[in-house]
Amino acid sequence: MAMRFDLLLPLLAILVKVGVVLVALLTAVAYAVWLERKVVARIQSRWGPYRVGPHGLLQPVADALKIFFKEDIVPSDADRVVYWLAPFLAFTLALLSIAVIPFGTSITIGGHTIPFQIADLNVGLLFVLAVTSLGVYGVALAGWSSNSKYPLLGGLRSSAQMISYELSLGLGVVGVVMVAGSLSLREIVERQSDLWNVFVQPVGFLLYFTAAIAETNRVPFDLPEGESELVGGFHTEYSSFKFAMFFMAEYANIVTVSCLATLLFFGGWLGPVFGPPLLRALLPVLWFCLKVFCFLFLYIWIRGTLPRFRYDQLMAFGWKFLLPVGLLNVLVTSLILAWRST
Amino acid sequence: MLPLAHILALSAILFGLGAVGFIVRRNIITIFMCIELMLNAVNLAFIGFSRYLGNLDGQVFVFFVIVVAAAEAAVGLAIIIAVYRNRGSLSIEDFDSLKL
Amino acid sequence: MAPLFYVLATVAILAALCLVLERTPVYSALSLIVVLCSLAVIYLLLGAEFLAVVQVIVYAGAIMVLFVLVIMLLNARQETSTDRSRLARWLGAPLLLAFLGEVIFAVWQRFPPETAPAATALVGGPRAIGELLFRNYVLPFEVTSILILVAVLGAVVLAKKRL
Repeated sequence: MAMRFDLLLPLLAILVKVGVVLVALLTAVAYAVWLERKVVARIQSRWGPYRVGPHGLLQPVADALKIFFKEDIVPSDADRVVYWLAPFLAFTLALLSIAVIPFGTSITIGGHTIPFQIADLNVGLLFVLAVTSLGVYGVALAGWSSNSKYPLLGGLRSSAQMISYELSLGLGVVGVVMVAGSLSLREIVERQSDLWNVFVQPVGFLLYFTAAIAETNRVPFDLPEGESELVGGFHTEYSSFKFAMFFMAEYANIVTVSCLATLLFFGGWLGPVFGPPLLRALLPVLWFCLKVFCFLFLYIWIRGTLPRFRYDQLMAFGWKFLLPVGLLNVLVTSLILAWRST
Repeated sequence: MLPLAHILALSAILFGLGAVGFIVRRNIITIFMCIELMLNAVNLAFIGFSRYLGNLDGQVFVFFVIVVAAAEAAVGLAIIIAVYRNRGSLSIEDFDSLKL
Repeated sequence: MAPLFYVLATVAILAALCLVLERTPVYSALSLIVVLCSLAVIYLLLGAEFLAVVQVIVYAGAIMVLFVLVIMLLNARQETSTDRSRLARWLGAPLLLAFLGEVIFAVWQRFPPETAPAATALVGGPRAIGELLFRNYVLPFEVTSILILVAVLGAVVLAKKRL
């Protein structure tokens, strides 16, 4: 039973990558919360977290400690199994799509080339859409299992909203797939080395970004969970750790959607690369992280600026405006591509 | 090496469980879910054969089965909602007369 | 690869048993979702990549969401067993299981476990499936799109409270 070193090293590489990516993602989620509170505060002419650590940088730590020490209240007659399952499902699915996201090119250590991606599926983009589709369950089951009217209404509205905007999300991405000729995220980025897709598919980008904001239940589409509307929406009856999981799942979804937007439309990790091989391997990761940060800032900026849609306006916008625009985009793109290939 | 017989056996077991559920259960939505289980068992058989005959036509057929199952689920659930509004019950024992 | 198939097959069968035996409709729906996802991974093992992802997106991510939402809206309660269901259980189920045994026996005879996969076992990637769909099967494809349109219209009309 000799040790298969040729199998062992890739497995070890994958485990290390999974660990690094998870830690980075969870830190990004924690500091996205800090960033949001600071940016929204400045938009509203106030300071935001300032006391806990320099400029409130230890605020996420304080929040985490507070949440862990809160009492865990379960409503009577709540369906135990589903009540416990929903936040874990939401959190797991939010972390799952990171597996196919490429952060950079690759790094060569001792003769082995390790790509900066956990799994390079050639249907990678569809995998992300699949995980997004499954994300509806966390919301719907949470709303139902709480056995209370605000969560039920919020959960039903949220899940209907998420299903409706999934279509526009998919259509915004179809144009990119047609231009790139592949569903693999790495290949889509590599085809953008001449020109970023945002200039080739501007309508697709706007469609994708709007649908993404609606998918992640953020302002201006956050009626199902806005405090002044439905108390807390689907997570009203959740407290302590389970609430923290919903919260983290929402921000992890935002990070994932931002990563996907940079990969599909803004050239992913493409940017000026120079220097020794180690720098050449790490600079693309830096460009990628900078672009994702810009998208996070854009999300938070929109949150601080826009009022929210009413629910019927939201659904009408998704079905009667975004969906026809998406179909038109696919039609025009395919006509242009067919005309170019003759 | 995965024998075709094992894939077909799994498909038959799932189909059989779906059929048993269809006969035994009383709640109409659960019966509908057992129908979906049977459709999935058939899909698995198609994909097994597609692999063992070296032909992708089986997979295209599964694609059509999935699409038709989606259409059927939508219309079927709409009918269930309409019947629930009329009868007030979801048990098939209350759906036994054509008169309202 | 083969051991993974048996693990997934066990998960699928246990979830299907859960679906058939559970009294609460929501738990049955969740078990069906587990069956669908394990079948999706089995499709991946058998070389149907595109279909595995389509199964998750369409079946587990859209059709089952429809089921779960309808169960929630209609507030489906736990089932109670009655005289007629007892008759079905004690008579129907064993007969069906006997039929199932016959089918498995016939299948085993016709395709003994020594049958090897075809030498040209293809991988169903999006490009290959797309070429087949839009060349050989373009007519069923267009007819299916009309079918979906009819289904959408039918569902909207049937579920309306007032026409």
